[in-house]
Amino acid sequence: MSDAEPLLDVAGLRKLYPVGARDWRGAAASRLHAVDGVSLTIGRGETVGLVGESGCGKSTLVRLLTRLIDPSDGTIRFDGADVGTVPARRFGRVPQRAQIQMVFQDATDSLNPRFTAGRSIADPLMRLRGLSGAALRARIEEAARLTGLPPELLTRFPHQLSGGQKARVGIARAIAVEPKLLILDEPTSALDVSVQVVILQLLEDLKRRLNLSYLFVSHDLNVVRLLCDRILVMYLGRIVESGRAAEIFRAPAHPYTKALLSAVPTPGVSSRERRIALPGEPRSPVDPDPTICALYGRCPKGTERCRSEAPALREIAPGRYAACHFPYEGAVSSEPRLAVAGSR
Amino acid sequence: MNDAGTIVELRRGVRIDRGRTPLLAVDQLSLEFRTRSGIVRALENISFDLKRGETMALVGESGSGKSVTAYAIMGINDEAARVTGGSIVFGGLDLLSADRKTLDEIRGRELAIIFQNPRVALNPIRPIGQQIADVLLRHGNVTAREAPDRAIEMLAKVRIPDPKRRAAAYPFELSGGMCQRVMIALALACEPALLIADEPTTGLDITTQAVIMDLVAELAASQHMATLLITHDLGLASEYCDRIAVMHAGHIVEIARTADLFANPRHPYTAKLIAATPGGVDRLDALTSITGNLPDLRRNNLPPCRYSERCERRAADCAEPPLPRRALSDGHVLFCQHPLPEAP
Repeated sequence: MSDAEPLLDVAGLRKLYPVGARDWRGAAASRLHAVDGVSLTIGRGETVGLVGESGCGKSTLVRLLTRLIDPSDGTIRFDGADVGTVPARRFGRVPQRAQIQMVFQDATDSLNPRFTAGRSIADPLMRLRGLSGAALRARIEEAARLTGLPPELLTRFPHQLSGGQKARVGIARAIAVEPKLLILDEPTSALDVSVQVVILQLLEDLKRRLNLSYLFVSHDLNVVRLLCDRILVMYLGRIVESGRAAEIFRAPAHPYTKALLSAVPTPGVSSRERRIALPGEPRSPVDPDPTICALYGRCPKGTERCRSEAPALREIAPGRYAACHFPYEGAVSSEPRLAVAGSR
Repeated sequence: MNDAGTIVELRRGVRIDRGRTPLLAVDQLSLEFRTRSGIVRALENISFDLKRGETMALVGESGSGKSVTAYAIMGINDEAARVTGGSIVFGGLDLLSADRKTLDEIRGRELAIIFQNPRVALNPIRPIGQQIADVLLRHGNVTAREAPDRAIEMLAKVRIPDPKRRAAAYPFELSGGMCQRVMIALALACEPALLIADEPTTGLDITTQAVIMDLVAELAASQHMATLLITHDLGLASEYCDRIAVMHAGHIVEIARTADLFANPRHPYTAKLIAATPGGVDRLDALTSITGNLPDLRRNNLPPCRYSERCERRAADCAEPPLPRRALSDGHVLFCQHPLPEAP
């Protein structure tokens, strides 16, 4: 396959969960739209950030991509193969399983407390690669070396390791099977800033050396900005804005993105004056009305049109998408030479 | 000078002078934990004070003694903790020599705390309205008939939608942000003179964090309440606090007004901490890590400056006591033999 084809190509992905009362056939009357029509691509060697509040569907999306659960609708193409149709139950036996790996949020909780660091790294190698003996040992040591984990720590248990060392074990375990895509779920949120920097720089270095692609899920927009090429902003199961990280940070187009960015505390600068508050709570994800914008009611712009016509994700500038009838001007007209697609 | 109006008479003849300056004075506080593996010198000669209506942050890595300081003020440290020197005076009352019954009158009434994890701190089997009513009944001169309505008023004050209905809810029925609002309502029910907020927004979404912190700031301003914010996030501290005290390994290494601390950090550790915090920089390699780890506080041979073993500016005299206290203008204090030169 050509290199121009993205590593991961997801189209119209949905995950609906039945909720509430059931009728006499046992069918639920309502559906919770956890992921509602998400399309995204991740290029080879690209880092894509996924941001949004808790409950917006980030975790469900990640579980769909790692094929732990089955989608209700939509396609997932990974490295030229359709992996969306493989039932989650059987995905463990397909070769793509080793190529999509995950680094979890809390290194302490995601390591088996009764496994040594070396045994934790060995586990996926034995299961997915069938390695044993000297080959296994060599591969473990290689993974430890790549992640800067001193070999003498491989015999230690998680409780004997520091937070930063546990984070390294979590990363070593994920890269040991030579994946192409690494999904990082808040990999540094449990770490102190002093250690966080080292781990972020390690991730950046590994990406370059191993030619990995990252999907970086995080709350911390300051970190996302430093690590990601492109950003996807998610709200209520949908992507409401996407584009190059630098441009989104410079001039957010969607009101939700703007609110999210304005809430980020920046050291030494008070942002309270420029903050945009979103009053109230997100709308219910159960049977959402397809004709109302998901942000309607919290959005400072909310108009009659937002209530009667849900905005689709459209290209407002090359490579820049937003699901809003009234995107902020700066994002659209910053580069006047560009023809604005789909503008009114 | 005190005018009589600032003195609060509590039950059992306990008097707190809210108008006293400073409201809280922590002086040369030293505290250790006696554990099976040795004596942990958790705090050594901590001094700071807090005026009425002022907001100050204690910032540092995990293990630096931030929470131990907060718990020492509340008198809720573990049994193994022993104060070995210094004093904590709050509103004219020496908290360290006060007996349990005196403290019971003050805590929850004049001195309140918000804990990091609201879901754990709240009683899981009691409706939230009742939990607030409990505090009011214990401290607030409220009759059993009035208490439920006052509790609902408090829920409305922290902007919980539909407070009447929510008062009957249990903590598990509410989101993390809602639980933290309940925790704030609980802490502020009796309009305390001092609020200690121990990592109040860790684990919450960034937009929720902004809402919660704005709420605390707003209520603090309207009630002239002093706030001590415990956080590892320099960005958050700089956004909400008048002054910042930087802690490292049981010492306060530097205290300054927020703007001064960022414009002109003089302690090498403060400068490193600022340089490691994402937010101010555009590129990942512009962030620098802090080398080394916190020293083991069980050691007998801790140097006078506990940062010296990690410090790039270390010289021979750093190992010689005493650790010099340097007072600069405007309350800027630092403890260092070889401080950084003043920024131009």
